[in-house]
Amino acid sequence: MPAYKAPLRDMRYALYDVMGYDDLTKLPGYEDFDRDTVDAVLEEAAKLCEEVLAPLNSSGDAEGCHYENGVVRTPKGFKEAYDTFRDGGWTSLACAPQYGGQGMPVSVNALVEEMICSSNLSFGMYPGLSHGAYKALHAFGSKDLQDAYLPKMVDGTWSGTMCMTEPHCGTDLGQMRTKAVPQEDGSFRLTGTKIFISAGEHDLTENIVHLVLAKIPGGPKGTKGVSLFLVPKFLPDAQGRPGERNGVRCGSIEHKMGIKASSTCVMNFDDAKGFLVGEEHKGMKAMFTMMNTARLGVGVQGLGLAEASYQGAVAYAKDRLQGRALSGAKFLEKAADPIIVHPDVRRMLLTQRAYIEGCRALGMWTAKSIDTYRMHPDPAERTKADDFVAVITPVIKAFFTDMGFEATNIGVQVFGGHGYIRDNGMEQFVRDARITQIYEGANGIQGLDLIGRKMAAHAGRYLRTVFHPISEYVEANKAKPELADFVGPLQKAFGRLQQATMHVARASMARPDEAGAASTDYLRLFALTVLAFMWARMAEISLPHADSDPFHKAKVMTARFYMERLLPQTGALFSTISAGSKTMMAFEEAAF
Amino acid sequence: MHFVVCIKQVPDSAQIRVHPVTNTIMRQGVPTIINPYDLFSLEEALRWRDKVGGEVTVLTMGPPMAADSLRKALTIGADRAVLLTDRFFAGSDTLATSFALSAALQKISDTFGKIDIVFCGKQTIDGDTAQVGPGIAKRLNLEQITYVSAVNEVNGDNGTVTLERRSEGGVQVLKTNLPAMITMLEGSNTVRRGRIDDALRAARAQIVTWSAKDAGIEDVTKCGLRGSPTVVKKVFAPTPRAEKAALVELGETPRDSAEALIEAIFAKTPKIEDDLVKLASGF
Repeated sequence: MPAYKAPLRDMRYALYDVMGYDDLTKLPGYEDFDRDTVDAVLEEAAKLCEEVLAPLNSSGDAEGCHYENGVVRTPKGFKEAYDTFRDGGWTSLACAPQYGGQGMPVSVNALVEEMICSSNLSFGMYPGLSHGAYKALHAFGSKDLQDAYLPKMVDGTWSGTMCMTEPHCGTDLGQMRTKAVPQEDGSFRLTGTKIFISAGEHDLTENIVHLVLAKIPGGPKGTKGVSLFLVPKFLPDAQGRPGERNGVRCGSIEHKMGIKASSTCVMNFDDAKGFLVGEEHKGMKAMFTMMNTARLGVGVQGLGLAEASYQGAVAYAKDRLQGRALSGAKFLEKAADPIIVHPDVRRMLLTQRAYIEGCRALGMWTAKSIDTYRMHPDPAERTKADDFVAVITPVIKAFFTDMGFEATNIGVQVFGGHGYIRDNGMEQFVRDARITQIYEGANGIQGLDLIGRKMAAHAGRYLRTVFHPISEYVEANKAKPELADFVGPLQKAFGRLQQATMHVARASMARPDEAGAASTDYLRLFALTVLAFMWARMAEISLPHADSDPFHKAKVMTARFYMERLLPQTGALFSTISAGSKTMMAFEEAAF
Repeated sequence: MHFVVCIKQVPDSAQIRVHPVTNTIMRQGVPTIINPYDLFSLEEALRWRDKVGGEVTVLTMGPPMAADSLRKALTIGADRAVLLTDRFFAGSDTLATSFALSAALQKISDTFGKIDIVFCGKQTIDGDTAQVGPGIAKRLNLEQITYVSAVNEVNGDNGTVTLERRSEGGVQVLKTNLPAMITMLEGSNTVRRGRIDDALRAARAQIVTWSAKDAGIEDVTKCGLRGSPTVVKKVFAPTPRAEKAALVELGETPRDSAEALIEAIFAKTPKIEDDLVKLASGF
């Protein structure tokens, strides 16, 4: 199995040098989280992920979860690992101090999440879902509900889920059938079936808190009639301990392509007691708070898997002796040269790397905006930050996970046949990555969200939070000769993005299908351009140190690789976007 | 009870390089770690604190950057950290180090409460002398138990400690009075993982920092280079031995293998039989 080592140096670079973390420590509530504190947290997280979580990744995949009579058992070692995780306080990292959390900035938490996803994505699902449920409850729950549930969810004794999908409705939640009937005591009784519920049932925690979307009979039709409820597996007794068993049970678990150690459950609600979270019929709004965080989290999953695969691929490429370099043998003392001498192997490794490090930097920009939105005293700054998060969320969800799948596939390719067999762990990354393109809103939906909702919103106000910084940067740096190799390509790609934006906006006003036809390509063009912005900035930051420090030298060279070999995709994307919807939509349905 | 653990910040030997000309360690750019042997002592101290109550203080002597190691020890769970730092300490050998640490331990005892057990690492991975712990024990008149593989009981009521000590040919089970100085063997326990709240506490903790004067040392000639009689005369890399090992192929039976081996020896040293006979006749 590839041995995972958390890329701490690169994480610190993305956090401190590129993103400018020190700005955040000036915000009220974050004063205590100086670099020493953050470093200590990252180092401990790295140890935990490398020593406890990563060793269970492959065995968890091979064994999977076990289902028997409504009870789900996680693979061997998961319970002990979860106990270690919980005892170490890791479930509380980004939670509010008033409920026992550490109140750590989202930026730092995102890096810890990346490490968890690299080392064991299946494991990460359990605390990850809990955190989503925590957030919704923290944002919308009544004081009583918060006091009763949040402390145990923060300290990890109880876990959480998000129950949305039903057998006949996934993307279109308006068709939901789960019913919530009001009771005299103010509670509700829920009946219905939810599917694909991650962490719906397991043996890691003493109680599971389900956040469930359901319809109150007689309410408005469609998504406007959906409300959010809290339904615990065990109803807390007077002392707050798990008491009476509630009417929610796991009917079966799914057998999946990947993330096999994460239990994916069919949950049957049979007159289960539930409590309203937030207002009646406002459930979608509450759920989207969770969804947006979850979408960013899923993007980080793609990034984490790509990193794990890259580390495996690099180690193998340096170790595997096969054939000789095209330009003549490089390691005469060895039976053959390691395959890293070959240009095509280097193309693969650098492709992984340039995507990963670019995405990590973009992830940090986004995390900083979330932190700014959370903590900044100036409402104007908060709005700007929130606008940026709104527009970048679909980009991160879709591009990071598409990239994760591409990069993990490359990892298998570097290993050749040894990547395709299970023993070396490389194919697991591909299988695990595949779901990230699907759940929390399939990537096609992310494209529609970007074009349909985010692009047009408030006459392009969201969009400007991305476009303005890029154009300002290009203006300020285009005359600098040392940056010409980076700012030039960025300027060109940005021009294409602006043109494509105009084109799509105009065309889709006349024919709505145009937006749908362009959406996936447009999102990728958008992402590649923003990544070029990240790489130009990294080149600028690292250039002055490139001669003295191999780390910075590698940064500059990777930036060059990105500009020369990956960014040119924007040209092809621009062409396909310009081609429009005609050929696809004119195709007769019967002819398919 | 009050446990004090003496730790040392050392270069990570896994990442170390030796200067090809001067044969000195190239410390620049090499990350530092807590001397790995010290961690077993720290863990043992924490376990007994958790069991019988009390506090664990960690102490180190070194440059200001040694505070990093103290913070790591706090992350693992120590309650308090003391850094002994002063230019007078530069160049200390084990004699001068044990002198300075003993003074600091006395001060710790006076300031934060009487010390019951001083834990030291069995040795360091950079100096490898294993002398500092015993030096402290002697100077502070502590019961000295080195190479401990298990601490079975720490009894605060009657002031004793019972433990197992690895010795040649077996294990000694010993009981002695407190205060004592103990060095733990590697592998005698599993070092715990830092908790996130300990990591945060450690990052924000005030490290108690003492100069020679703060520690109550009046005679600084006993510190640092001046207080160190050890002189490094020469540092060299051992020359590789000229003779090389040879492979002897295994025969089908043990007897064949033995004969092949003897043949190889005779081929290399034809006179060995005569020499051996001559040697034997002398007895």
